[in-house]
Amino acid sequence: MDMHAPAFATHDPLRVRNLTRRFGENTVLDALNLDLAPGSFTALLGRSGSGKTTLLRTLAGLDEAPHEARLDLPRPAAVVFQEPRLLPWKKVWQNVVLGLPSAGARRRAAQALTEVGLDHRQDVWPATLSGGEAQRAALARALVREPRLLLLDEPFAALDALTRIRMHALVLDLWRHHGPTTLIVTHDVDEAVLLADRVLVLDGGRIAADIAVDLPRPRAHADAGFAALRRRLLTELGVDQQEAA
Amino acid sequence: MPDTQVAAAPRQLAPRASATTAPARLPATARKPAAQRWRRFASPLVLVVLWQAASMAGLIPPRTLAAPTTVLASTWELIETGELPYHLLVSLGRVLTGFTLGVTTGAALALVAGLSRLGEEVVDAPMQMLRTMPFLALVPLFILWFGIGETPKIALVALGATFPVYLTLFAGIRGTDPKLAEAARVFGLDRRGLIRHVILPGALPSALVGLRYALGSAWLSLVIAEQINATAGIGFLINDAREFLRTDVIVVGLVVYALLGLGADALVRLVERRALAWRPGLLKA
Ligand SMILES: Nc1ncnc2c1ncn2[C@@H]1O[C@H](COP(=O)(O)OP(=O)(O)OP(=O)(O)O)[C@@H](O)[C@H]1O
Ligand SMILES: [Mg+2]
Repeated sequence: MDMHAPAFATHDPLRVRNLTRRFGENTVLDALNLDLAPGSFTALLGRSGSGKTTLLRTLAGLDEAPHEARLDLPRPAAVVFQEPRLLPWKKVWQNVVLGLPSAGARRRAAQALTEVGLDHRQDVWPATLSGGEAQRAALARALVREPRLLLLDEPFAALDALTRIRMHALVLDLWRHHGPTTLIVTHDVDEAVLLADRVLVLDGGRIAADIAVDLPRPRAHADAGFAALRRRLLTELGVDQQEAA
Repeated sequence: MPDTQVAAAPRQLAPRASATTAPARLPATARKPAAQRWRRFASPLVLVVLWQAASMAGLIPPRTLAAPTTVLASTWELIETGELPYHLLVSLGRVLTGFTLGVTTGAALALVAGLSRLGEEVVDAPMQMLRTMPFLALVPLFILWFGIGETPKIALVALGATFPVYLTLFAGIRGTDPKLAEAARVFGLDRRGLIRHVILPGALPSALVGLRYALGSAWLSLVIAEQINATAGIGFLINDAREFLRTDVIVVGLVVYALLGLGADALVRLVERRALAWRPGLLKA
């Protein structure tokens, strides 16, 4: 039995066909195709400037997709950015329910903040939160919307190693409870292998590698198979093994 | 002089706030700097005593400057006869009307220019041109246009308040963090929600600095405006006293101007502390 599959995964798959994005002469995404299974957890790796953020923004609906592309996207979608992007003039709980109808907002905010372990910080200003707390509030803001598509763009890059470990556990936990189709952009190969069912490498404007991660959860660096996967991904990313070692 | 107020405003925010965020502890925190505060008052007090002594010794003739005791006595007299309250009300009325008009105009123009491209093209260019002109130079034109009644006085005060509010609110709106706006959009805010929850609150700190600047400017305009053939108001009181060489009454008028300016500034600071409680600088209680 698959222990780590989310509790429910009944919604539509994500399908992208023929997505091309150009900035002037620079073709960042080149007729890209992508499929994500409902409720799956996928990591997206790629060199800096390979177009990960560009792809994520299109999936989030932040950038208009060109009309020749075909997109079937689960909705609602929620995004966690690299920075928390909380409105400093709204209390934490108000940030969490920003844009939602006010009926029952307070209760929903409290519930989401409790889930990310921030119930005691509901009524403070965002400026008083630590980096990890602010990012957890951003996660709560994403989850309170019950998204079917959860997009994370290097959400833990700015956090220290210990906080990051805690956040990994939290994200997995939330994913298991809520079951959104999840795509996380990361620079960190270990993070990708720790979290995801499937790791994609973006290169040359397309998905250049698609690797399933068949390790049981919870995962640890010492697990058999972890090192091999890690090596394989580093090769895909063009990192010389001698350098990496 | 208004310029220095603008430059000083943001710096003054941080230290003042500590007392407000923890009202319960106010007596304890207020006690320590009490000695310092007295020391601050000591030197002006010494100056007043010296002034009094010089007056009594005949070193400062009353024609040049009345003695502090005379000023106090005149103040009391002016209050008792109802003269001072009357002129004060007239001046306050002018400032309030003009300031409200000016702030409303400035804010409305800033919203139009800040929130739409077309608005910016139509409004901003003329505003940027006009603001380079020292607006007090408009007095002769205002007299020609509006005569010498209340209108030119109020118009001058309004004009003095319009530009600071316009410039700071416009800059504040345009300074909206695009990352915050983007996040708000992902989370379902429409244009109205964006303006209400992101753009305007983000522009508030800048706009409040502008409001303080506008107050200083409005005050200055009032002083100038009340020199124009006024028949009432603190400025009239001063001019009238000049005719009769009443330096004591002139000093009373000046002190009233100063106190009103101080009071208004304190009021805006209070608003600032309440409205900007979220600012990192204000949070260290
Ligand atoms: N708005 C834009 N205008 C012009 N060029 C852009 C824009 N956004 C992205 N680019 C370019 O597109 C390319 C891909 O950018 P993108 O941000 O998607 O990369 P990334 O894979 O997320 O990189 P990183 O890992 O450094 O975050 C880069 O060369 C970038 O300069
Ligand atoms: Mg990126």
